[in-house]
Amino acid sequence: MASQEVIREEPSRGSFINDPKVRGIFFQAVVVILLVAGVWWIVHNVIENLQRLHIASGFGFLKNRAGFDIPVRPIAYTSDSTYGDAIIVGLINTLIVAGAGIITATIIGFVVGIGRLSRNWLIRKICTVYVEVFRNIPPLLVIFFWYSGVLAVLPAPRDSFNLPFGSFLNQRGFYFPRAIWGEGSWLIFVALLVGIAMAWFVARTARQRQMATGQQFPVLWTSLALIVGLPLLAYALSGFPLSFDFPKQSTFNLTGGFQIGPEFLSLYLALSFYTASFIAEIVRAGILGVSKGQTEAAGALGLRPGSILRLVVVPQAMRIVIPPLTSQYLNLTKNSSLAIAIGYPDLTAIAGTVLNQTGQAVEGVLIMMVVYLIISLVTSAVMNVVNARMALVER
Amino acid sequence: MKHIAIGILGAAALGWMASAASATTLGDVKAKGFIQCGVSTGLAGFSAPDDKGDWKGIDADFCRAVAAAVFGDGTKVKFTPLSAKERFTALQSGEIDILSRNTTWTINRDTALGLNFIGVTYYDGQGFMINAKKLPGVNSALQLSGAAVCVQSGTTTELNLADYFKANKMEYNPVVFEKLEEVNAAYDAGRCDVYTTDQSGLYGIRLTLSAPADHVVLPEIISKEPLGPAVRQGDDQWYHIVKWTYFALLQAEELGITQANVEELKTSDNPEIKRVLGQEAETKIGTDLGVSNDWVVNIVKAVGNYGEMFERNVGTGSPLKIARGINALWTKGGLQYAPPIR
Repeated sequence: MASQEVIREEPSRGSFINDPKVRGIFFQAVVVILLVAGVWWIVHNVIENLQRLHIASGFGFLKNRAGFDIPVRPIAYTSDSTYGDAIIVGLINTLIVAGAGIITATIIGFVVGIGRLSRNWLIRKICTVYVEVFRNIPPLLVIFFWYSGVLAVLPAPRDSFNLPFGSFLNQRGFYFPRAIWGEGSWLIFVALLVGIAMAWFVARTARQRQMATGQQFPVLWTSLALIVGLPLLAYALSGFPLSFDFPKQSTFNLTGGFQIGPEFLSLYLALSFYTASFIAEIVRAGILGVSKGQTEAAGALGLRPGSILRLVVVPQAMRIVIPPLTSQYLNLTKNSSLAIAIGYPDLTAIAGTVLNQTGQAVEGVLIMMVVYLIISLVTSAVMNVVNARMALVER
Repeated sequence: MKHIAIGILGAAALGWMASAASATTLGDVKAKGFIQCGVSTGLAGFSAPDDKGDWKGIDADFCRAVAAAVFGDGTKVKFTPLSAKERFTALQSGEIDILSRNTTWTINRDTALGLNFIGVTYYDGQGFMINAKKLPGVNSALQLSGAAVCVQSGTTTELNLADYFKANKMEYNPVVFEKLEEVNAAYDAGRCDVYTTDQSGLYGIRLTLSAPADHVVLPEIISKEPLGPAVRQGDDQWYHIVKWTYFALLQAEELGITQANVEELKTSDNPEIKRVLGQEAETKIGTDLGVSNDWVVNIVKAVGNYGEMFERNVGTGSPLKIARGINALWTKGGLQYAPPIR
């Protein structure tokens, strides 16, 4: 008993150097000082080196005229725009391909992940083969596969495939008519908004009624009728104000209409299919993580298999799925920088061109790093909010 | 603790500055025993590996000429293939000693990028190439409105292209890749209608396409593209060695000194030839430059004179068959002119 007390009290009575609290603070301070000194040394070295080599530095170049053109321009951009504008175009292109890729990868991933647990032998095996093939190939090869596939298989512009609704498919991309909204078309959008609002209201009322009385209401069909029917009605009432700009043959390419280039298509497809194989495994793990007793209990209550999946299994699986899903979304966004290999003008490609035209290597790389960091942090933050809402609420 | 950290830091900074002050490129090159030469990733006639992996072309030979001047041995060169995007950073950071990579001399590169161009080893201009079989009837660049144009990113070519189409009020769709091979593959696959780069490059690239005979280079030249080697700023001695290697190549051609006759001409009666070849009594031309006095002999033995280098790599002795044109010596109506070696 006595000896134990001695051991417990020794640290506080011992010399100053042996105090674990003081030691802790001391070593933390050392680490911080070394870190700050290291960073300062690197920055100092870079500045000194740039000056010694007579290389201009600073971010002033962002306001200069870029002078080069960009193939895919989601916002107004010409060669007269600034380097800063060019980088923003690149950023938007990255966000477009990452956003579209995330949505598609999630859909394919959920379908394949659930398919791997199907009772149907064929579906199960097809999904397994899909996952094993795409998961085990480097993403760059998948991108090249789609890109060379697109270029090799599709015909030249003169012999384009004619698709329905005045669309065309050729080596230069997918062309479809561009909608031109005429006078009075605002009515259609208002009708669409009203339709969505009414559908939401119907869903809520139906849910409350089911809670209260147990009676069900065909929410899906009613909502569909409201969301599609109302705008159509408005379209007819306002005198059919919509016209289309169809793509037409010219000397070199198809002109007019709306064009999606093969670079975007192959990058988007490759990222979606590649990431979907990982998401499928995450979804499968999530579903298997829900105890079998839950399914059996739901079955015992008389729920149909579809309802069991939708109401019992998936909500619980989501709690397991969301954290690793966030990592996959971040991976997809970062993998989009592989676009440079096939010439899709994403952030890396454009910042690289700017870096080369201006010679501002340090600044260019810094901009890229900071922007990707911000994109990743925002994605994480959004997914954390989703995760918090999905988390188990103790009652 | 803080004092120690600052002490360590100060010592490190001082050490670094000391090394920066003492090292010269010539000293570094001699210490490692070879010249690190930045070349393209493969442009026929300028710098491209042959079937044995040896780098061939004017740009590669120029680095051999500098190695011959410094070491008396043209083989003491190591080549670093660089994309357009990597080239300046590689030179700035000291990864390479000479950038000899069909690079256009511009004021911005000379000033803001911290480079020094040593001269123009090839006067070029930007042109367009099309597939004449797929596009019959197109025989001028002014008919290219609406075309998809393949171009390498981060080049002056990319900027000239934008300027040319804007000035002529024409539309185009740029198809931009980072690496030359990617541009070649995309053009060959029909992703774009037009290929634009320096005209000499177009002739070289045409040879690598699947059906070279189908492609024609349009007559328009839309820009001045003086291509030449560059070195880092801040080392005048190295700058002079590289620059005078280039002038020595021109001077040798002007005086009729060739790979075949350089040994005989050492005993020539012509005082100018004797002076250039370092055979003058008590000569200090070579040693003042920082190399041996028979540096020009070594250069010509290694790669020949400028004319021989040209004909072997891009002229009549090569598949490219490019005429000398404005790259002829000034005595033959061209632009190649060297200040006197004396």
